[in-house]
Amino acid sequence: MKTLAVSLRAMLLLVLVTGFVYPIGMDVIAHIFFPHQADGSLIRKNGVVVGSALIGQPFTQPRYFHPRPSATPDPTGSGSVPYDAAFSSASNLAPTNGAQVKAVSSAAKAYRDENGLPPTQAVPADAVTASGSGLDPDISLANALLQVNRVAHARSMEPSALKRLVLSHVEGPQWGLFGESRVNVLKLNLALDSLKP
Amino acid sequence: MTAHDVTQIILAFLAVGAMAPIVGRYLAWVFTSPRIAVERWIFRAIGSDCDREMGWREYATTLLVSNGVFFAAGYLLLWAQGHLPLNPRHLAPLTPEVTFNTAASFVTNTNWQAYAGEAQLSNFSQMVPIVFLMFVGANTGIAALVAILRGFTRAGASTVGNFWDDFFRFFVRAFLPSCLLLGLVLVWQGCPQTLATSVVAHPLEGGTQTIVMGPVASLESVKNLGTNGGGFFNANGAHPYENPTPFSNMLEFLAMMVFTSSLPFLFGRLTRRPRQGWALFAVIMVLYGGGLAVIEKSEKAPNPLLAAANVAQASSSLQSGGNTEGKEVRFGITQTSLFTNTTIAATTGAVDAAIDSMLPSSLMVTFSHMWLNEEPGGKGVGFAGLLKEAILAIFLAGLMVGRTPEFLGKKLESREIKLAALALIVTPLLVLGLTAVGVTTTVGTSTIDNPGPHGFEEVLYAFSSGNANNGSAMAGLTVSTPFYADSIAVEMLLARYLPLLPLLALAGSLARKRTHPETAGTLPTDTPLFVALLLGFMLMVGLLTFFPALMLGPILEQLSLLHGVSF
Amino acid sequence: MKKNDQIRSETVIGAVRQSFVMLNPVKLAKNPVMFIVEVGSLLTTVLAVRAAVLHTGEVLFSSVISLWLWLTLLFANFAESLAELQGKAQAESLRTTRAETFARLVVGTDVRRVSGSSLKKWDKFLLSPGEIVPTDGEIIAGVASIDESAITGESAPVIREAGGDRSGVTGGTRVLAGEITVVVAANPGETFLDRMIALVEGATRKKSPNEIALSILLIGLTLIFLLVVATLPAFASYAKVESDPVVLIALLVCLIPTTIAGLLPAIGIAGIDRAFRANVVAKSGKAVEVAGDIDLLLLDKTGTITFGNRQAVQLLPAQDVSREELARACRLASLHDPTPEGKSTLTLAESEEGLRGEAGLPERLEPVPFTPETRMSGADTSDGAYRKGSEDAIESYLGTPLPPIVREAVSGIAQSGGTPLVVVRDRKVLGVIHLKDIVKPGLTERFERLRRMGVSTVMVTGDNPLTAQAIAREAGIDDFFAKARPEDKMALIKKEQDKGRLVAMSGDGTNDAPSLAQADVALAMNSGTQAAKEAANMVDLDSDPTKIIEVVEIGKQLLITRGALTTFSVANDVAKYFAILPAMFVASFPQLGVLNIMKLSTPVSAVTSAIIFNALIIPALIPLALKGVRYRPVGAAALLRRNLLVYGLGGILVPFLGIKLIDMALTFLHFS
Repeated sequence: MKTLAVSLRAMLLLVLVTGFVYPIGMDVIAHIFFPHQADGSLIRKNGVVVGSALIGQPFTQPRYFHPRPSATPDPTGSGSVPYDAAFSSASNLAPTNGAQVKAVSSAAKAYRDENGLPPTQAVPADAVTASGSGLDPDISLANALLQVNRVAHARSMEPSALKRLVLSHVEGPQWGLFGESRVNVLKLNLALDSLKP
Repeated sequence: MTAHDVTQIILAFLAVGAMAPIVGRYLAWVFTSPRIAVERWIFRAIGSDCDREMGWREYATTLLVSNGVFFAAGYLLLWAQGHLPLNPRHLAPLTPEVTFNTAASFVTNTNWQAYAGEAQLSNFSQMVPIVFLMFVGANTGIAALVAILRGFTRAGASTVGNFWDDFFRFFVRAFLPSCLLLGLVLVWQGCPQTLATSVVAHPLEGGTQTIVMGPVASLESVKNLGTNGGGFFNANGAHPYENPTPFSNMLEFLAMMVFTSSLPFLFGRLTRRPRQGWALFAVIMVLYGGGLAVIEKSEKAPNPLLAAANVAQASSSLQSGGNTEGKEVRFGITQTSLFTNTTIAATTGAVDAAIDSMLPSSLMVTFSHMWLNEEPGGKGVGFAGLLKEAILAIFLAGLMVGRTPEFLGKKLESREIKLAALALIVTPLLVLGLTAVGVTTTVGTSTIDNPGPHGFEEVLYAFSSGNANNGSAMAGLTVSTPFYADSIAVEMLLARYLPLLPLLALAGSLARKRTHPETAGTLPTDTPLFVALLLGFMLMVGLLTFFPALMLGPILEQLSLLHGVSF
Repeated sequence: MKKNDQIRSETVIGAVRQSFVMLNPVKLAKNPVMFIVEVGSLLTTVLAVRAAVLHTGEVLFSSVISLWLWLTLLFANFAESLAELQGKAQAESLRTTRAETFARLVVGTDVRRVSGSSLKKWDKFLLSPGEIVPTDGEIIAGVASIDESAITGESAPVIREAGGDRSGVTGGTRVLAGEITVVVAANPGETFLDRMIALVEGATRKKSPNEIALSILLIGLTLIFLLVVATLPAFASYAKVESDPVVLIALLVCLIPTTIAGLLPAIGIAGIDRAFRANVVAKSGKAVEVAGDIDLLLLDKTGTITFGNRQAVQLLPAQDVSREELARACRLASLHDPTPEGKSTLTLAESEEGLRGEAGLPERLEPVPFTPETRMSGADTSDGAYRKGSEDAIESYLGTPLPPIVREAVSGIAQSGGTPLVVVRDRKVLGVIHLKDIVKPGLTERFERLRRMGVSTVMVTGDNPLTAQAIAREAGIDDFFAKARPEDKMALIKKEQDKGRLVAMSGDGTNDAPSLAQADVALAMNSGTQAAKEAANMVDLDSDPTKIIEVVEIGKQLLITRGALTTFSVANDVAKYFAILPAMFVASFPQLGVLNIMKLSTPVSAVTSAIIFNALIIPALIPLALKGVRYRPVGAAALLRRNLLVYGLGGILVPFLGIKLIDMALTFLHFS
């Protein structure tokens, strides 16, 4: 009985400390030092939230750079609603799953068609595979460069000028040490809009 | 592998190697120095006489009773989600089986998730019951380990320590402060920390995008430091809000290693045998390093089945390439491999990529880590498991030097072997037994996602993860059904407490024994030979137990892949 | 004892017969691993019969598998029976030596002639020269010289007498000279030999603690493999492969540690038997096993490390005394001294003087024997009165202190660990005899061997520390305990045990009994008192105190053999997996063909080869189980490395080779 009573009191204390004091305390400190990050690294344009620098969003129009395929599911039924930031998910397809092989093949074909690439052109892997979160904000440089001609054409721009824009948006490995080179699609498209609306 | 990959891997190993001995030394101080004011205040508040030492039975009872209370509290708070604040989206509570599964999962430090966090839990649920259970689950494991270690440090003693003393010393002096610190660094990197639930954004192409957020960083830090692994979001560490940058990725997997990899050194300090600590650390790091090498190599290699679609999978200056399905561009293969290998080895269960989409050769590693479950394994219990393997290996090998086997001066006799063997049997019993049920019943097979051997692996993985108190998943399998939610919940509870009781009993028995001085005839247990012996024993027993399952799962799938067979 | 190293053919035949008797499931149930094999054998037999009657499945395959499963059982039974019968044969040969003895029982004042086997504990009987001792006992009156060769194989007779530490007589030995009265020490069936026989026969054989621990580990492994095989059909059915129950049973029997489980009883019995061959009767298997764990060995100086007697090694003349003069004095003083000291002085003096026997003796010579009062011996002759004795005895005889040069010699001898005897003639000091404890030859090497095993040695002696140190150094003993009284030995053992060490000692006297009872391993001398033998857990028939070293090695060998064969048994499983699993699944998944690394010809042949190998390895290892894995005192790490290499790595590789060879043979015989 004593053990139970001590356990109950310990539970109450721990719920209080870990459930309230700890997260709310961190909330307060975080908002003092890193208010932008603490609120979700949101990007505003003319005072309107257009998205988060960290969260990918869907782009399908030719005038924008396209992100990776997204497997975020439709919460109400089957199928998927790409870049649903209220339900992150991967495709969970196995490498030996015939459906996966088919999906990649058709995505590769669609990618080539859309960007006017010959069948001999190998498609960057990230352009035809879904990310782990379905919200990957980034694409590889290879993927971005293959989209340059299409976007330039849609916006009547010089491809070389666009390529310069893309290259200026490449984020290398963090501090030259961690992770991979990448291009943030939302940031690139925002820059694109302000460069040539 | 490029120089860049090698640099990242070396940095990770250097960080672990530098951190582990220092943290081990710190923890030894935590558990042996006089109580500090906060601790004295806490013991007055909970009304416990923490100076009174407990025998192993009382220690185990206290552990079980307290965990029962924690479980009940977590269950009630989750169940009441609809009536509690911070739920502007009016999310309904989880189904009863998923609530049961979740409370069991988080109190056992498993953090298996049969729900999608951002879609089903309110910020209150994420902040209070989930984080509370994450703290107490991990803390219980460390307390149990410290009691088990006392079996080796004491002689002729009838007690193994005081549960609450061990519990709160770690909580006050190590766990809570480190979580606070890591949480703030993660906010700096981009993890949100807010009580707001969601923001509606207006994307450039029109429409709206509801971005869910909340107190992510406070959950994220305890998730990794406590080797819990339950994510705020469904995609876990792959979600940009949980793991925004490659550096946060690095920090998170290193956080999983901070306490777990330091435990050999804690052991070495407490037993006053620093070399023994290094030997056990070496065992852990060999398995850890070996696993990393396989995953890195597998995931870097192209999926041969995609060759026909003309997909560029090779790594180049323009892309990191590899098996990109289910992986994030910012991490690439190397950060993903480091994270995956660590999360499985340390039984955290957080993921920064989709395990289900990994190549079978990588899955072989994840399975092996979960079955061995002690390199370094979860908070405390993983290392306790390693000691159990050491006892069995020394028993066999010790015979071969012609003496009744001894470990650190304690003779290993039938009682110790009985208890260690009991703890050893739990894993095959639960994993093989439940998988057999899962793959032969309709309730089990109907929610399998992928065809062929991969489907078998999904079920095997679910029960391996539940048994290992790991919590990662091949997420294609739908596990919110009553069958999986209930069976895995029961499995997690059994896998947590069933081996812990014999190990505490073992500690009680060892603490009572005399410590024998070492002679030239004693088997030295701090040499490379011992490291090789322990590794050999673990791999041998693991291989013999799971080879058939491995063969019908990842081995068959890998061979199919090489033969160009898809399912 | 006749050393019965050869396995006799009747033993083998008996063991074969016994193997079938042991198939009785009630008997097998005490060995759970083999019990599972028996259940498997029964099941496959039923399946084979069913296949034959209903014309379903492979009759030949099922029959062959069930045949080999039965053989596996028989081989394991044979190993145990052989070990038992071999030990029994050894013990039997002793028991027959006293089958038809009679005894002269003392009843009140009468003496009755009764059969030797009817003697009860506390009965008293008489023995005369030429009679066989009917049972174990203790001399309560008289002294006799006894021929113990029937027990020890040693032909030199030994002296046994009442009242001392050498009062024990053993059944089966023969009295050569002397009349003695003996009290019976044990009821029929309870003598050491009876206990020993029971121990090897297995009737009262209790598993030793370590054997129990190992059995638990084996049961644990067996349970794991039961789970593995029981769940395999479920996994296979998900892959749409049907599992053949015969193959599953074969897999189970291959995986569970049958090799070690089959040989484990034999290893234990053989260990006790090996001790027995060394003429050591162990009271339990545990005693032999614990001997392997010994950290510290207590040895009495006298009789164990040194010969019981001191020898004269040097004669040191006093000033102005010639060497010849001293030698002559020594010879005359020792001529009628029957003690070993006296005899060795005589020998030395004769060789120094160059004269022996009656040569050069004075006309009149009257021996003066040693008395406790004078503590001197010598002779009164026409030449003068010769005396020799310890320095203080001589000083009080002379009434004056010794001359300085003699005193110097005396203390020099004492410091080197020797004993000085001063020789005088007519109160003139002639010189000093240097008596020395002679360390038994070969001990230094044996102690070195012990040190490498991790056993340290302590010499216990009543001598002063100076002497003790000198002898300890000469014998290569690690430590010594000087000026010890009998009760100190007990305190020493307790002190060491409190430090966590396991202590072994040997002893024979009644005052050794408490220490023997306290020590973890206690070896009593067969010549010793009944109390000592009761308190000890082993008795050495040769009464050799250093025999304990051999017992330590036998104990270690016992544990090593168990560990090595367990490792070997478990390591074997790898190859068996590679034989059976691909065979089960390759038809459905040809890509698994690469796992058939032995390239076994067909699935049927693969499974059959594995099960045949599993059966044959048991008889193949019987000699090793009975002989024991050789123990080398090279340090624990080196020993482990070696044994891991031989039995671990070897255990992985050997079955690959063996299964492949059997598969080739089967293919050659067109069985597939």
